[in-house]
Amino acid sequence: MDFLRPASWEEALAAKAEHPTAVPIAGGTDVMVEINFDHRRPEYLMDLNRIADLTEWEVGADSVRLGASVPYTGIMEHLSTDLPGLALASHTVASPQIRNRGGVGGNLGTASPAGDAHPALLAAGAEVEAESVRGRRLIPIDAFYTGVKRNALEPDELIRAVHVKRAGGPQQFSKVGTRNAMVIAVCAFGLALHPGTRTVRTGIGSAAPTPIRATAAEEFLNAALEEGGFWDNGKIITPSAVKRFADLCAAACDPIDDVRGTAAYRRHAVGVMARRTLTWTWESYRGARRTTEGAA
Amino acid sequence: MTATGAPTGLTQGSRTKGGIGESTLRPDGVLKVTGEFAYASDMWHEDMLWGQILRSTVAHAEIVSVDTGEALATPGVYAVMTYDDLPTDVRHYGLEIRDTPVLAHGKVRHHGEPVAIVAADHPETARRAAAKIKVEYRELPLVTDEASATAPDAVLVHEHRTDRHAPHVPHPNIVHRQPIVRGDAGAAAGRADVIVTGDYHFGMQDQAFLGPESGLAVPGEDGGVDLYVATQWLHSDLRQIAPVLGLPEDKVRMTLSGVGGAFGGREDLSMQIHACLLALRTGKPVKIVYNRFESFFGHVHRHPARLHYEHGATRDGRLTHVKCRIVLDGGAYASASPAVVGNAASLSVGPYVCEDVDIEALALYSNNPPCGAMRGFGAVQACFAYEAQMDKVAKELGLDPVEFRRINAMEQGTPMPTGQPVDSPAPVAELLRRVKAMPMPPERQWESSRGADVRQLPGGLSNTTHGEGVVRGVGYAVGIKNVGFSEGFDDYSTARVRLEVAGGRPLVTVHTAMAEVGQGGVTVHAQIARTELGVAEVVIRPADTRVGSAGSTSASRQTYVTGGAVKHACELVRERVLETGRRKLGSHHPAWATAELLLEGGKVVTDGGEVLADLADVLEDEAVEAEEEWRHRPTEPFDPRTGQGNGHVQYSFAAHRAVVEVDTELGLVKVIELACAQDVGKALNPLSVVGQIQGGTVQGLGIAVMEEIVVDPVTAKVGNPSFTDYLLPTILDTPALPVDVLELADDHAPYGLRGVGEAPTLSSTPAVLAAVRDATGLALDRTPVRPEHLTGTASQDPPGGARNVTSSAPPGASAKSRSARGT
Amino acid sequence: MRVNLTVNGRPQEADDVWEGESLLYVLRERMGLPGSKNACEQGECGSCTVRLDGVPVCSCLVAAGQAEGREVVTVEGLAEYARQRAAGRTPGAPEARAGESASLDAARRWQAGGTDSQTGENIELAPIQQAFLDAGAVQCGFCTPGLLVAADEMLERNPDPADEDIREALSGNLCRCTGYEKIMDAVRLAAARRSEGATT
Repeated sequence: MDFLRPASWEEALAAKAEHPTAVPIAGGTDVMVEINFDHRRPEYLMDLNRIADLTEWEVGADSVRLGASVPYTGIMEHLSTDLPGLALASHTVASPQIRNRGGVGGNLGTASPAGDAHPALLAAGAEVEAESVRGRRLIPIDAFYTGVKRNALEPDELIRAVHVKRAGGPQQFSKVGTRNAMVIAVCAFGLALHPGTRTVRTGIGSAAPTPIRATAAEEFLNAALEEGGFWDNGKIITPSAVKRFADLCAAACDPIDDVRGTAAYRRHAVGVMARRTLTWTWESYRGARRTTEGAA
Repeated sequence: MTATGAPTGLTQGSRTKGGIGESTLRPDGVLKVTGEFAYASDMWHEDMLWGQILRSTVAHAEIVSVDTGEALATPGVYAVMTYDDLPTDVRHYGLEIRDTPVLAHGKVRHHGEPVAIVAADHPETARRAAAKIKVEYRELPLVTDEASATAPDAVLVHEHRTDRHAPHVPHPNIVHRQPIVRGDAGAAAGRADVIVTGDYHFGMQDQAFLGPESGLAVPGEDGGVDLYVATQWLHSDLRQIAPVLGLPEDKVRMTLSGVGGAFGGREDLSMQIHACLLALRTGKPVKIVYNRFESFFGHVHRHPARLHYEHGATRDGRLTHVKCRIVLDGGAYASASPAVVGNAASLSVGPYVCEDVDIEALALYSNNPPCGAMRGFGAVQACFAYEAQMDKVAKELGLDPVEFRRINAMEQGTPMPTGQPVDSPAPVAELLRRVKAMPMPPERQWESSRGADVRQLPGGLSNTTHGEGVVRGVGYAVGIKNVGFSEGFDDYSTARVRLEVAGGRPLVTVHTAMAEVGQGGVTVHAQIARTELGVAEVVIRPADTRVGSAGSTSASRQTYVTGGAVKHACELVRERVLETGRRKLGSHHPAWATAELLLEGGKVVTDGGEVLADLADVLEDEAVEAEEEWRHRPTEPFDPRTGQGNGHVQYSFAAHRAVVEVDTELGLVKVIELACAQDVGKALNPLSVVGQIQGGTVQGLGIAVMEEIVVDPVTAKVGNPSFTDYLLPTILDTPALPVDVLELADDHAPYGLRGVGEAPTLSSTPAVLAAVRDATGLALDRTPVRPEHLTGTASQDPPGGARNVTSSAPPGASAKSRSARGT
Repeated sequence: MRVNLTVNGRPQEADDVWEGESLLYVLRERMGLPGSKNACEQGECGSCTVRLDGVPVCSCLVAAGQAEGREVVTVEGLAEYARQRAAGRTPGAPEARAGESASLDAARRWQAGGTDSQTGENIELAPIQQAFLDAGAVQCGFCTPGLLVAADEMLERNPDPADEDIREALSGNLCRCTGYEKIMDAVRLAAARRSEGATT
């Protein structure tokens, strides 16, 4: 095993081009487990900790460019207004120690269906900034997850940042685990209201081979909200519509039975979380509307 | 804390500061908080090698061939050993039945069984070399449950059994079976107004001590070996290790190194023999440290169990009879299974009066992971089931569950199902009364002006509910556990106590082989010495095999038995000191001959408080030392057919009240409070006693809602050998734990004390389950109860056994567990 | 490979480090600082918690090479770290006391403690260490080093924590012996002593 220590992003890209099998390590919270437990012996480990700009973020007009190694703790502390869904998801990641090291880039690189960031990214809308010596590209989050622990990266590419849309409305994230802290998702659900485009987006974790959106549920709800004029009148969404949305979210799942939970439970729990997160975000949206109207 | 009852036994009082009854602090505490306490895995030696174990990747197979050539040729590798390299004809070990091969021979009987061992100059070199050992297996049919164990054509897990249980078991795949028949349960059933039956399933729990199995073996110049190891019982290890090495016991010198928890999981050997073999083979010190993955394969677990119960009661709430059948899965090797069976059978009715019982408990041999000792063994499984039954009967009768228990509660003098009367206080009703009387935690504590605090809600930080679906439930349970080794075992301990004057100050040295595993035995020994010898300064020597056996740190027995031995040795020392004083100074004061004399504050004083002499003047340069074995009252075996007999020496009792909040839609449980009342006879160190009760309580909470080793019923492989998927309660899963300590002396025990460690682990689990049943209205016949059981989404097969299961990796090979943090 | 880092204020160098080694292994096996514990090696128990450039992390999940040039504080340096913090100096500066190598003598060492080892008198401890002793928060002690580092850092950020804040901050540190109640007591005690100290 060789340990590569690029001092700059350019050096990292060059090293990755030269050694496409090199495994990037930043927070180490996935890679080191595999090494400690003898599950993985990469030929090259490439430390990204010395590249300072990976831990920086910029808040732009429409989106936040989040460096791949910004630790979850940083997202919780600094980005809960701009990226509320991702901040909530970050708070559910493992333990404080892990949140101090791990970041979204690693979650994306590992591309486990159980990664906590994915549902929030899917719901908010995001693009992954991947780069190699050949150039830079933005991969839409919907096209990023290609299989169980597989993603759209080329062997010579590294994740530099993720561009996440700034929240234009309330967002929520829920995750089920059989413990009250420090638990890997049995399943997870992210939901974001986008009042600007009058759309709702979702993200489901750990209930299919990859993180997915419940597109049929989104389409149903978008239509129902439009039809009932809900975005304008701010009324409570009819319970039957909420239920239909939840059922469609559950139906979007393609889960398995494993030691963490049964497929049937995952489907059921996604439905419950869909209903609850929709209720929470919609209540918040209505509350914000009332406040705005009151001020006007 | 409430204290009633008086201390008993002959003691000279505790007027010297730091004696019994005080919450003195741990003598090893400072080293533990500064990081300097040397645990087994911290041992280091110049020029040492690292040992690695190659374990089986299948559960039951013939070993066709083992090729170690490539491993041996690896640079940095000093030795590779298999069964064929063992130095003597003694190639098996075991606590009671020597059925466990040091290294697999001919076949493997469970997933993760040691097949070969390697020593190399770096752990990674050892791992790589172990991976190069080629083992060819031919898989055999599996025994995984009672049906497959006792089928007419069942494969025998162990052929040619010669152990003492073999003649009386109905099938060679049954390790031990204990029936108990008392009265006439069949006839009594006729008097019952209600009869309630139930089938229960208890999952496999892991001790999950935090300090993984480790040790360092250093070859001696005399051909012997020094072994520094974390264990629960040095002399039991020694008895098993020495014959395999072909060494006399005095050439295997064992020293207890720091032990990072035990809970039963270190009663059996793990790496001890392997480290010694490699050290003797290479002539170099060898250190072995399991990682967490290996630790799950490296020690026995708590027996999973299937329990069938029938309870009858009259309309006025009196039990008529209890019938039960408890099937424990002992896995591939016997370990402590016979004792677990004895406890399960004899304690199967719980702390209740019932004259007519028909009981059967047995343990299977199977190809599942070996199971053995864990905190409260046998009694824990039974308590989960009989307390569920007590709630069911109460409900059937329309009685309050606590009132129904009170009506049937045993008291001092009540005979056990074994016919043995309980001959010390049994405050079962009082303990229940006390937990019930504690104030209830306020409702909806999670609600505040800032909204819901998810940390106080089911799901916790995962943000699954802001109050939706949350229902509160309350449950009660009480249990009975035997203290000490039972069924005629010669359960003794040894203590060496020395009193001398050093630098003008009296000093006591206490030396025992007691394994301090965290329970605080060392604290208590110093307290006993201060009380008995009136000397402030006490040094506790490290435990080793240079002193006689202390017995195991298990069965809630060490304060009783080794504490008793220390007390006894101190009394002998005191007598000898007074004798010396009388001889040397008797002529100086008449009180030497006439008064009751005490040692206090480093002086000899009369019971009236008059100082006769300084210890320095009595002893001068002389050191007074006593080493004695000490035994509790003898017990006797249970009759193999009727189960009758005075099998236990003492019982301990605890009761719990659990308050839970359940997210009934998602099936997530938050335990809000878990209150305990326990009778401890006499709290020698109240702080430690409460710590034991709280720790035991939370281990019971773990069994109730999250802890289970998942074994695939098709492959008998372990599905979750990691802390990612074997979940222990975190501090956010743990509620407030109020404790009410009762002190009703047992006149037969030193200071009236009662073993503390295990009882709280019994009643905690059924109390939580009862509370969850109360909240959900569901029957819940298994533990742990998982979200799918609370939401009607469990699959037909148990988790891990279902189709599409994410299979586990064999030890040492690549795993498919989905890590998901992001880096 | 060679790795240079500062541990408890003292420059340290390790040679022949295997590239897959963790910071935990290097501390324990190469630098004679076994105080950080190896309970799970997968970031699930927190017993290896150290501060890396001030931030609590699981040292089992930091590749040794990643610690190059960085500042590490382990439980062995906690008392000195707390002392310097209390004195208003930047903790982690040189002169901090490093632990000693765990030799076989260490197995026999704790007998020598005498009165001091029971009370902590005359031995300089961080307030959180003393609170753990006084509250009975130590049993087997294997989780203790990680908990101390985590709790000390939490109190640094949040000197007056609510119970739920304590629970959240320590949710990455498993303890199997105590049931956590006395750990809660210890942190509450340390916080209370600190606020008393601040007002008197």
